Amino acid sequence: MIDYHLNHLKELEAESIYVLREVAAQFENPCLLFSGGKDSIVVLHLALKAFYPASVPFTLLHVDTGHNFQEALDYRDNLVKKHGLRLLVASVQEAIDKGLVREEKGYSASRNALQTIPLLEAIEKNKFDCAMGGARRDEEKARAKERFFSHRDEFGQWDPKNQRPELWNIFNGRKHVGEHFRVFPISNWTEMDVWQYIYQEQIEMPSLYFSHKRKVFERDGVWYAASEFIQNKPTEVIEERVVRFRTVGDITCTGAVFSEASTLEDIIQEVAASRTTERGTRADDKRSEAAMEDRKKAGYF
Amino acid sequence: MTTTIEEIDNFDSKAYLDMELLRFSTAGSVDDGKSTLIGRLLYDSKSIFQDQMDAIEAASAKRGEEYVNLALLTDGLRAEREQGITIDVAYRYFSTPKRKFIIADTPGHIQYTRNMVTGASTANLAIILVDARKGIIEQTYRHSYIASLLQIPHIIVCINKMDLVEWDEKTFNRIVNDYKAFASKLDIKDVHFLPISALAGDNVVNRSENMDWYQGPTLMYLLETIHIGSDLNHIDARFPVQYVIRPMKNEYHDFRGYAGRIAGGVFRVGDKVKALPSGFSSKIKSIVTMDGDLQEAFAPQSVTITLEDEIDISRGDMLVRENNMPQVEQEFDVMLCWMNEKKMVPRGKYILRHTSRECKCIVKETKYKLNINTLQRLEDDLELGLNDIGRVTIRTTVPLFFDSYRKNRNTGSIILVDESTNETVAAGMIV
Repeated sequence: MIDYHLNHLKELEAESIYVLREVAAQFENPCLLFSGGKDSIVVLHLALKAFYPASVPFTLLHVDTGHNFQEALDYRDNLVKKHGLRLLVASVQEAIDKGLVREEKGYSASRNALQTIPLLEAIEKNKFDCAMGGARRDEEKARAKERFFSHRDEFGQWDPKNQRPELWNIFNGRKHVGEHFRVFPISNWTEMDVWQYIYQEQIEMPSLYFSHKRKVFERDGVWYAASEFIQNKPTEVIEERVVRFRTVGDITCTGAVFSEASTLEDIIQEVAASRTTERGTRADDKRSEAAMEDRKKAGYF
Repeated sequence: MTTTIEEIDNFDSKAYLDMELLRFSTAGSVDDGKSTLIGRLLYDSKSIFQDQMDAIEAASAKRGEEYVNLALLTDGLRAEREQGITIDVAYRYFSTPKRKFIIADTPGHIQYTRNMVTGASTANLAIILVDARKGIIEQTYRHSYIASLLQIPHIIVCINKMDLVEWDEKTFNRIVNDYKAFASKLDIKDVHFLPISALAGDNVVNRSENMDWYQGPTLMYLLETIHIGSDLNHIDARFPVQYVIRPMKNEYHDFRGYAGRIAGGVFRVGDKVKALPSGFSSKIKSIVTMDGDLQEAFAPQSVTITLEDEIDISRGDMLVRENNMPQVEQEFDVMLCWMNEKKMVPRGKYILRHTSRECKCIVKETKYKLNINTLQRLEDDLELGLNDIGRVTIRTTVPLFFDSYRKNRNTGSIILVDESTNETVAAGMIV
C-alpha cells in the first residue's frame, strides 16, 4: 500500500497553483504585482509551474516608488528577459509630478503609502480586472482576515467587515463592471515556508537577501540603508556594517538586520532562530496599531 | 515534544522540508477562552515573536488590563479590538518540528455561524471549547453539529477553565458523558476529550501538575500525532478540468493539456478515462509538471494531463475512470447554510458553483429547516435567512458530476451566488 500524502511544501504549492489557474480561468485581464521581493518572486515561480509548458498568461505590474534598491531593479529586469514576460511600471514619481499625490515631508517621509494611487490608476487605465500579490496572512494581523479572492469596489476599497465567505476551494470571482479583485495565491504560506521553498526549488534571489557590507544608520531601533532618498538627522551616524534584508520594499522604510547569512541554508537557520517578525523591520507598519488595516481599506496591497 | 530554543539552534533545514500540514478550526463562545487558548499554543510553541509580544503588551497596558491579553494577537481588526470580539475568520500559523499548523479561528456568537462553516470547510480537525463551570451549552451543540455537517474528520473537545472547578475529575467526567450522549446523534468519527486550563497552560503544551487523574495526551501532542493520512478520498478518481493549456510555441505545437487539481483518487499514465459530460473515452498519455512528467498523481496534487486522443474538453468538464462514475444529475438534495442578510427566495434562481463548473439553478423546494441547537427538523417554518441551515432540492440547467459530500468534500460541495449582487449567499453539502 503506497502512502499517498504530500509534505507541507508540496501541499501549499498545489494549493497556490490551483489559485493561479482559477485566476487565469475566471478573469479576462489579470496582472501580477511584482516588486522584486521574495514573495512576488515565489508567486512568479508558481505561475511558471502552473501554466507549463505554456507561458505565464499575466502582465507583471511593478508599483515603483522611485526609491528602489538598484539590486532589486536589476534582478527584476533580468527575470523579465529570461522568461519573456511583459512588465508595466506604475510610477509614484509620475503621480507626484502630476499632483495626484503629495510627497510626505520630514525625516520619516516615505512613499510607501503613496503607492495606492498609482496602483489604482494603473489598474483602471489598463483595465486589469484582477491584481495578484504575494501578501501572506501570517505577515500582519489585518492580513490574517484576508480572502484568497478579495473583492474591491469601484474605488478599489476593501471592506473587511463585509467580505464574501470563502469555502472549500470554490472561489467566486464574479464582479460588476469597474470593480476588481485582489488575489493572494500564497495566503497560507509563512516566511519560513517561503524560504524553505526557495531552498527546495533553488530559486535565484536578489543579492540584498544575503549578507553583504553596506552603509547604514540607526533610527528608532531599526537600521536603514543610507541613501540619497533619506534625510538624515544630525545625530544619526552612518557606518558600514555587515547586513542583509528580510524584506525588500521601498528603501526608505525597509530595515536591515545584522547577519552573516550568506546561503539559503544560513537564512533558513536564521529565520528559525529569529525572535522578531519580518515586518518588525518595516517602518510603515509601526505608525499605528491599525496602520495596515487603514492602508488596505483604501486600496493598498 | 514541542520546539525549544535549543532545538532551533540545532535546526535541520532538510528535515523541515518534509512536514505534514494539519488544518484545524477552533470554535468557542464569547468567554470560554478560545483566543487565550490559541495565544497559549502560539506562545508555548515559541511562535509568537518578540515584536508581536511587545505590541500586545503595550496594547494591554493601554487598555488597563492586568495580564497580557493573548486574545489581542488574534483579533486583527480595529472593530474587534474595540469591542473585544472576533468578527471574521482569522488564519493563524505555527509549526513544531513535527507538523505545520493552519488555524482557522472562528467567532462563536450565534450571528456568525457563517464564519464557523467557512472555517470548518477546509479543516482536518476541530477544537471545541467547553467552559468547565457551565458544561455543555447550546453553542456546544451548534459547534458540534457544524463540525459533523462539514465532515471534519477529527474533533477534540477541550474542557477549559479546569482551574476554576478545582481541577475536579467528576466535573470533567460528567461533561464528557453529557457530550457523548448528545454526539451519538451526530455523524462524528473520531472524538477526544481533554481537561485543560488555557490561561494557566495546563495540558495545552505542557502536562498539568494539577490533574494527576488525567493520563491522556496533551493538546499539542494530539495535534502533532493524530493520523490525518486517510482524510482525503484516494479511491474515487475525479479530475475537474480547470484550464486548458495550449502553449502556442513551435516546440509544443500539438500540445493540449488539461490543468486541474485532483479532487479524489489516483490517476496513472495509461489509465482508461472518460470525459464528462461528452462521455468520450481515451487513455492518459502523460501527467505533466514543470519538474518532469509523473507516472501517477493523486489528490490534492495540481497537475496537467494529456490524453492519447483528441477529444473536446474544456473548463468545467471532469475526467473520471470508466468503472467508477460519479452521480450525473440535474436534481439533487443539499444541506444548505444560508450566509447572506437577504433571505433565500423560495423557487429563486441563483448561480451555482461546483468544482470548476458554473451554471444556473433554481431552489425547487425547501424540505425542512433545522434548529441547530436542538437538531429538531422544522417543517412549518421553511424560511432560510442568515445563519439558517436547511435541506433543499436544487435543479440545475446542466447536469453536475458529483459525489455525496460524505464521500468526497471536493466533489460534494457547492456554493450559491446571487445573480444581481454577485455575493456568495449560501454553501451546500450534497446529501
